[in-house]
Amino acid sequence: MSDNIQHSDVYAIAPHHRFQWEEAQQCYVILFPEGMVKLNGGAGEVLKRVNGSASVAEIIADIKATFPDVANIEADIMGMFELALGKQWLVKR
Amino acid sequence: MTQNSLGESAVQKAVQSQQVNNGVLASATQTQPLWLLAEITYRCPLHCAFCYNPTDYDKHTQNELSTEQWIQTLRDARKLGAIQLGISGGEPLLRDDIEDIVIEAKKLGYYSNLITSGVGLTEKRIQAFKEGGLDHIQLSMHDITEEINNFITNTKTFELKKKVAAMIKNHGYPMVLNVVIHRYNIGHMKEILEMAEALGADYIELANTQYYGWSLVNRSQLMPTKEQVEEAERITNAHRANTNSKMKIFFVVPDYFAERPKKCMNGWGEVFMIVTANGDVLPCHSARVLPNMKFPNVKDSDLGWTWKDSPAFNQYRGDAWMKEPCRSCSEKANDLGGCRCQSFLLTGDAEAADPVCTKSPHRHLIGQAIEDAKNPQLQAQPIVFRNDKNSKKIIDGEFQERLTEFHALP
Repeated sequence: MSDNIQHSDVYAIAPHHRFQWEEAQQCYVILFPEGMVKLNGGAGEVLKRVNGSASVAEIIADIKATFPDVANIEADIMGMFELALGKQWLVKR
Repeated sequence: MTQNSLGESAVQKAVQSQQVNNGVLASATQTQPLWLLAEITYRCPLHCAFCYNPTDYDKHTQNELSTEQWIQTLRDARKLGAIQLGISGGEPLLRDDIEDIVIEAKKLGYYSNLITSGVGLTEKRIQAFKEGGLDHIQLSMHDITEEINNFITNTKTFELKKKVAAMIKNHGYPMVLNVVIHRYNIGHMKEILEMAEALGADYIELANTQYYGWSLVNRSQLMPTKEQVEEAERITNAHRANTNSKMKIFFVVPDYFAERPKKCMNGWGEVFMIVTANGDVLPCHSARVLPNMKFPNVKDSDLGWTWKDSPAFNQYRGDAWMKEPCRSCSEKANDLGGCRCQSFLLTGDAEAADPVCTKSPHRHLIGQAIEDAKNPQLQAQPIVFRNDKNSKKIIDGEFQERLTEFHALP
């Protein structure tokens, strides 16, 4: 469990950022002034559930339910939240 | 038109880091025009001495694409994977259909950016852009002093720019400033950064002038000294380190003072596609200076063919075209030999190594340019401002004495 991110936290995509599926790249991307980052599958699964109302715990539960066979998935999800927060792609509600 | 996308922008870095995994940096099958730059008009109310637009732009002010042609181009490029849209010029606000283009861009899923001097931005228009879904506005600023702003742009626009900056902020847009750096403002770096903070800028790009188009004609008048560039970078780094500001600063290093060239446009036909006012499709802003090249036009060529298969877009893709010393260079993947236009403009050979590289047999040309910029006689030559009258003169062969040292103008 990260020091910064709590299970009860609720996040939203940061202002001036846009998260969307890109058909031509077959991946999710995050777009912002002067830049874009292509996200890998795992990162896309986390960010597509970030909607300003779901808590971190709810997102973890939902991903676990979708991918029941993946071991240690919670650590990956928390890692993704930390990365996204560090990059200022997310804001806390 | 500012100079942001000539340098290594964040999008290029992001894309570059993705491509490392591919192992092949310049495979023609894996390229995608992620960034579409629409140079929607070459008309401009400003007359900036450092503009990199073509010096013969006056040829392209009467044959601009229609709104419908732009919308079709946006649709076609989106199918090819374009996602970041820059609406630029000239001054794009001189066209009255930017609102329609913004709405279409939003509908298609572009992340759209209006690159503007701010001249012509009104409450009514910015409201329409916001409602239409424009994602951000990049505003060019020139200096903290009215004197230098008005001098270098050859206009009286200083107060207006401050008003426009406030308007952009009030409408909830991220504040993205672009400041082209040259001899006349490089001594004001600290004050420029403070101005940006005071305006509430989220991003500032300090784009050292690169020498193409008008800025090449005015190179001896614009180029700072190496010491000035180093001091500017030191001040920028100190600002980054000493303030708690969230403002992101991009410092675009001037290539003349570097040892290796820039990876221009992140590689020819790799991620950038530029559509000019008259519909020519280019892999880089300056490409039309290159000899014996025919660039496709959206009016008569399929955009997918243009990107994937046209001879122009394949001419310098990858590294098969390289000559020595690039061909056997262990660093060739880092910069792909630099900029084809710069090679041609300065050496007369588009396939030569970029003369900025210290391994280039033409490096002395860069040394000479740096020396020339210190020459009081050359410094004292009047600046050739970017305006219709001067463009017509250049088309008619005037200013030859300023151009003969280069091979390819206009």
